[in-house]
Amino acid sequence: MSKIVEGLKYSESHEWVKVEGDIAIIGVSDFAQKEMGEITYVDVPEVDDEFEAGEDFGALESVKASSELYCPVSGKVVEVNEELENAPEKVNEDAFAAWIIKIEMSDTSELDALLDAEAYRSLIGE
Amino acid sequence: MSEILSNEPLQQTCLHQKHIALGAKMSPFAGFDMPIQYGSIITEHLAVREKAGIFDVSHMGEIFVSGTEAEAFVNHIFTNEVRGMDKGKILYGMMCYPDGGVVDDLLVYKEFEDNHYLLVVNAANIAKDYAWIQEQIKGFDCRAVNASDEWGQVAVQGPEAEKYVCDILGDKAVADLSFYTFLDSEYRGKRLIVSRTGYTGEDGFELYTAPEGIVELWDKFLSAGVQPCGLGCRDTLRFEAGLPLYGDELSPEISPVMAGLGMFCKLDKDFIGREALLKQKTEGTAKKLVGIEIEDKAIPRAGYMVETEDEREVGIVTTGYHSISLDKSICFALVDSAYASLDTPLWIRIRKKTFPGKVVKKRFYQTNYKK
Repeated sequence: MSKIVEGLKYSESHEWVKVEGDIAIIGVSDFAQKEMGEITYVDVPEVDDEFEAGEDFGALESVKASSELYCPVSGKVVEVNEELENAPEKVNEDAFAAWIIKIEMSDTSELDALLDAEAYRSLIGE
Repeated sequence: MSEILSNEPLQQTCLHQKHIALGAKMSPFAGFDMPIQYGSIITEHLAVREKAGIFDVSHMGEIFVSGTEAEAFVNHIFTNEVRGMDKGKILYGMMCYPDGGVVDDLLVYKEFEDNHYLLVVNAANIAKDYAWIQEQIKGFDCRAVNASDEWGQVAVQGPEAEKYVCDILGDKAVADLSFYTFLDSEYRGKRLIVSRTGYTGEDGFELYTAPEGIVELWDKFLSAGVQPCGLGCRDTLRFEAGLPLYGDELSPEISPVMAGLGMFCKLDKDFIGREALLKQKTEGTAKKLVGIEIEDKAIPRAGYMVETEDEREVGIVTTGYHSISLDKSICFALVDSAYASLDTPLWIRIRKKTFPGKVVKKRFYQTNYKK
């Protein structure tokens, strides 16, 4: 069973979103990190990069595969988790603690299109 | 890794149940349902570099050639020089098409019985190779038998492989085998071939016997503490050691000369593809296989583009990893020959960015073979 945190929003591409005011904190789900296996590199954007909802903003890499990360909401990057550069395994250790980027949302109504914990649980079939 | 997709049901090796019981992550490879990893690819990779690991390679093909003209025939289809081989010796080389493209890369074993050879070929190519051999053998006084289904095979690799193989087989003679030689033995009443070969860049052995014997040997090596290793780390290990994988670095389009494997093609003898390869060697080829190292942790993957500083495409990545043993992002790439010399600066496009790098030697990792 994958861990799912109540109160967060989820995308169908397995990112989670924690909302703090107009800031969206974004990471990947426990299900996603398990599917990837040992993560060896997290490709992150730079502060001030802007993304549209659904646009790819980076990638997770394991030994054998890479998997793109998709931005669940539109906005501007205000912070990236620098710690992941030298410790990508933190995503495997606790996917909900290892946030990847913080986005200043340009349209908070986009959050309504995301899944809640229950809907995400049924998406991954657990 | 090249996966052969088809509607054929997947084949299983004799060790399939063992893989399932160990909870291996399974995936189709070369028409077989094969273990990619049992746990961590990194752990399995490091076990082979530092201690010992065992691989199920029962999917590989065994084709036996025998008869009065076996030597002449094998020498006709094989790029390396078979004449003058001692019994018990093994040679690496290729079978080529007349245009120099590669049918397969393989090992040729000169057996202890007169006029007998064993050809060990890639799993994905068994049917194609056997058909090719049957076509070329016409007119030679010898025959070829595809015995792939009657043989299982495990590879025991790593600096401690010798100790485990000696202990488990109870045969000290295996310690005296030098690299690329083999001996004949017996296991549970069936023929056992013990060969000092491998595909990891480390010392090690490949053991061939009947499937029942392979299953028993597998259990013994695991009980002794040898790490089971999947195809995932088989690829990272062979890649670091600069060894090609058919389908990625050798193919009907990528000749041994292009791949930098000309030393395994003896152009002073006659064989299928010789004229084409000689021409390639003399006149040069449009593309060459190189190693590239980039200055970043981003990973160049197969299919990514290789570019010049002004973003002109000059090649394509064939295999790439963030090397587990070297902690560097490196790849093999097929590039325009003008960009193939050492230290040439090249860029690799990874998603939205390009990353600077340079051409380096393909043998990224210093191999540790038994002399």
